[in-house]
Amino acid sequence: MSSPLHRTVAGALLALLGAAAQADSGPRVAPLPKYTQECAACHIAYPPGLLPAASWQRLMNHLPQHYGTDASLDAATVSELAGWLTANAGTYKRVTSAPPPEDRITRSAWFVRKHDEVPASVWTRAAVKSPANCMACHTQADQGDFRERNIRIPR
Amino acid sequence: MDLNPVPSILAGALALASLAALAATPAELQAGYTAQAGAAADAARGQQFFTATHGREWSCASCHGAPPTQAGKHASTGKAIGALAPAFNPQRFTDPAKVEKWFRRNCNDVAGRECSAAEKADVLAWLNSLK
Repeated sequence: MSSPLHRTVAGALLALLGAAAQADSGPRVAPLPKYTQECAACHIAYPPGLLPAASWQRLMNHLPQHYGTDASLDAATVSELAGWLTANAGTYKRVTSAPPPEDRITRSAWFVRKHDEVPASVWTRAAVKSPANCMACHTQADQGDFRERNIRIPR
Repeated sequence: MDLNPVPSILAGALALASLAALAATPAELQAGYTAQAGAAADAARGQQFFTATHGREWSCASCHGAPPTQAGKHASTGKAIGALAPAFNPQRFTDPAKVEKWFRRNCNDVAGRECSAAEKADVLAWLNSLK
């Protein structure tokens, strides 16, 4: 059974499976440690590929008014993070260059479509609280992994 | 006799700058804010400040819990926030720049302004008293 041909076919299949598993999250960019340090204190380190560059640029220019909170940073950190975010922006295959309303990942057309089977009552559960709380259901979201197999919707 | 004061001022500034990057203890930070305030810190007043709202929607406790001896939850994103009281989270209040950054942001969210040194000293006195 373990002929070279079989091994090649098996290898190709595994590679394909791997690619399929990645396809949903787009190319996974290793997060910049400073990005995780500064941004993942309040929410997960959202993958930069989930927003277009124009959205990241606007977010980084308005950190003192960041979705109802003051997320201000020193100028050097802002510029370092903005550079990395915009360089890696928009790589998720469904992200277009048009910024979503309010530059919210959760209001992107693809996000809304992907979550249209989730009943409204789920979003308001105490364990979920907000669509921005990816980790409530995507248990590996902080690793940039949004695969279906790792979804657990809390009661 | 120092004929040229500039180098010593520079050296002093450099020493201060490197001090700021150094690790500190919660007690040292409390002492620093107390010295800045020029009055003794008061843990009860700190507790009051921490748990009350200040004209806005959130109090400190909205995200950190009260008492903040266990994990809290971000009031808007729901993300877990590690315990704030140093006895329950040894990483807390060990980095002066980080402490200043969060006081600046969170006082702005809670009170719409920066906190005074006295308020910081009071809050730290309360947090440091939680065992």
